[in-house]
Amino acid sequence: MHFPADVVTWPPVWGTMANVELRIRATPAEQQALLDLPWDVPLAEWPDIHLVALPRGISRHVVRFTRLDGRVYALKEVVERLANHEYQLLRALERLDAPAVEAVGVVTGRQSVAGEPLDPILVTRHLQFSLPYRALFSRMMRRDTVDRLIDALAVLLARMHLLGFYWGDCSLSNTLFRRDAGAFAAYLVDAETGEFHNTLTDGQRGHDIEIARISIAGELMDLYAGGYLDDTVDPVATSEQVVDRYAELWLELTDWEAFDVTERWRIAKRVERLNDLGFDVAELETVTDVGGRTVHLQPKVVDSGHHTRRLLRLTGIDAQENQARRLLNDLDSYRMAKDMGGEDEAVVAYHWVREAYEPVLRAVPPEMRGKLEGPEIYHEVLEHRWHISEQRDAEVPIMAAAASYVDGVLRNKPDEHAVLEVSSPDVDEIQP
Amino acid sequence: MATVTYEKASRIYPGTDAPAVDNLDLHIEDGEFLVLVGPSGCGKSTSLRMLAGLEDVDTGSIKIGERDVTHIPPKDRDIAMVFQNYALYPHMSVADNMGFALKIASVKKDEIRRRVGDAAKLLDLEDYLDRKPKALSGGQRQRVAMGRAIVREPQVFLMDEPLSNLDAKLRVSTRTQIASLQRRLGITTVYVTHDQVEAMTMGDRVCVLKDGVLQQADTPLNLYDKPANVFVAGFIGSPAMNIGTFKLEDGHAHLGEAKIPLTRNTVAAVADEGSSELTLGFRPESLEPASKGADGVFPVIVDVVEELGSDAYLYGEAAGAAADDPAASLQSSTIIARVEPRNVPKKGETVYVKVKTGEEHAFSVKTGERLPS
Repeated sequence: MHFPADVVTWPPVWGTMANVELRIRATPAEQQALLDLPWDVPLAEWPDIHLVALPRGISRHVVRFTRLDGRVYALKEVVERLANHEYQLLRALERLDAPAVEAVGVVTGRQSVAGEPLDPILVTRHLQFSLPYRALFSRMMRRDTVDRLIDALAVLLARMHLLGFYWGDCSLSNTLFRRDAGAFAAYLVDAETGEFHNTLTDGQRGHDIEIARISIAGELMDLYAGGYLDDTVDPVATSEQVVDRYAELWLELTDWEAFDVTERWRIAKRVERLNDLGFDVAELETVTDVGGRTVHLQPKVVDSGHHTRRLLRLTGIDAQENQARRLLNDLDSYRMAKDMGGEDEAVVAYHWVREAYEPVLRAVPPEMRGKLEGPEIYHEVLEHRWHISEQRDAEVPIMAAAASYVDGVLRNKPDEHAVLEVSSPDVDEIQP
Repeated sequence: MATVTYEKASRIYPGTDAPAVDNLDLHIEDGEFLVLVGPSGCGKSTSLRMLAGLEDVDTGSIKIGERDVTHIPPKDRDIAMVFQNYALYPHMSVADNMGFALKIASVKKDEIRRRVGDAAKLLDLEDYLDRKPKALSGGQRQRVAMGRAIVREPQVFLMDEPLSNLDAKLRVSTRTQIASLQRRLGITTVYVTHDQVEAMTMGDRVCVLKDGVLQQADTPLNLYDKPANVFVAGFIGSPAMNIGTFKLEDGHAHLGEAKIPLTRNTVAAVADEGSSELTLGFRPESLEPASKGADGVFPVIVDVVEELGSDAYLYGEAAGAAADDPAASLQSSTIIARVEPRNVPKKGETVYVKVKTGEEHAFSVKTGERLPS
């Protein structure tokens, strides 16, 4: 509903914001909080009291972050057509369980106090424990960190393409990264240029990866120009990695392979390779040639999150793909150590959660829980235990390792619950 | 620099029957600014994307110059898609921002410097080359983005509704900038828009598309003066052309009380196709005030008058246009006529108008195609 400016008889719904057509789909608490924001002021002029940190870098549009009731939201001021388009895309991606930020709503009908129309604002929920890539090089970006970011981006793009989503603007800046047991999981942030198709043509996929390659090179060159990049990193060569990684992955995910009919074990092998990459195969297609000697195989329906799903099913723990793989490995070790080889895996899982996983997390004092996500902490404790066991040349019990980790390592880490910007040049390099 | 040729190019989305682009035959000259325009779903974007390599060409082919690019990936076609997305890198100078893609492609340093310098001159950014993007205004930042495409010196520029996401102010200034830039650069440009005013003001030639089929490719003036069919006649021009189905009787087109004289050629063409009717169109400015009773004069009952200062338009009903007569109908029952801005009729008044000689457009009622005059 749009209240015309000169109709004074309507009771003002939100004081001076009687002309604002707020369209927000959010939890009731979020709705209430969002209504208090100064929608009648251009975003670039919002007073600091409503904002948290200013994003570095130059965006095409005005972007700000706000904190409401402990949650952080991103606000982007953009013309209506774009705002609605992006909102629809993000909602569609959410329904498909794709790794992307969640759209909260579009605020339209904005008018300044002087009655001038203001562009709408797209509101998205900030991804907890996610990091913008620039936060990963507060001091210096190292080669292996860059490699892992590139890998994560290649996986993200492949996942999007499998869903028929053409991005049109894949870059480090348009992505948020979450730690994933030594690697990163990437999430799409900007869907402005995105399009959904039934399937993508080779031309569309090729163009998307080309955009990614050029953008990554530019972003790395920019970091270099700013003194943030280690000179062992070659922006151009590194950017080409995304093309190679994507190509390998895409081949594994979609290629037809041919083998002799006696080598049926290759079917299981293909599925296993895909599982290892974190993908589940719901359907395969095989075509046996007329002579009956050669079989051609192609995965048909591939979903990512194989390990995530398995861990969730067994334990109820929600983790990134790599973290899940790690925890499942630990579960297997636990099963062997406790000699529970013959037991039902759900029973083993139940015991592992109660006797291994939860006690470690409880060792983290409440004030430090905002530093890292649970599964990531567990992974780091396992790593830490391995290190100190090596040092002492003796097996360190897990709870002792946890205590040592909390005091010696976790205490010194910055909070990553909501990292928007690296505010001080003295923040230590964030270790992968 | 190069020509672009679509040769019976079609795109049929899997699972659909009707082609999104149907046998497109189009030749674009070197350096031409060609606009593809039409309503939503007409195939203009798909046609552009076929040229870009983002859509498959299911039958037919596409050439850039002499080179068949039909199955060549986008990055190898030597085209540049402008305004897709741009991010300015804050720690790099404007010069580096414009030239970084060339650096990635290992173009030699002095070549990069030359191209960036030339582009900066064209874009009025020469004084800013050593500055950081922070120092630039919004409009200047957009020009840096254009600069990125220009320095690649592609054979063709592709633009897909680049102004649609800009606010109104920026839209008008950017439109002029693009047109003047293209003229100076002389690079073949294919531009898509749904806005026919934009198309008419920017294009050397404009192609009107409908349902995947090319309706007419011509200069803006020819599209306006000699639309090839009813669709083009109604699509091009604002306010829209008055179009209706008229009965043919003794050399005149009859509708209600209107009896518009037709040329011998038109009458013969209608008879040749075995019709007793034709579709007739006339633009608002083709109606002039006339004395009641003279040949071709018909009454219009005024409903609304729009006064724009430089122009005025009356919106009215053709008197006698019977709603229950299926054989005689206007596409909308409203007649739009341009009138003297200093002497506008009043609402409810009946005015007498006629179509200026030779300014009627006749179309076949069977095919919609233009009939000879």
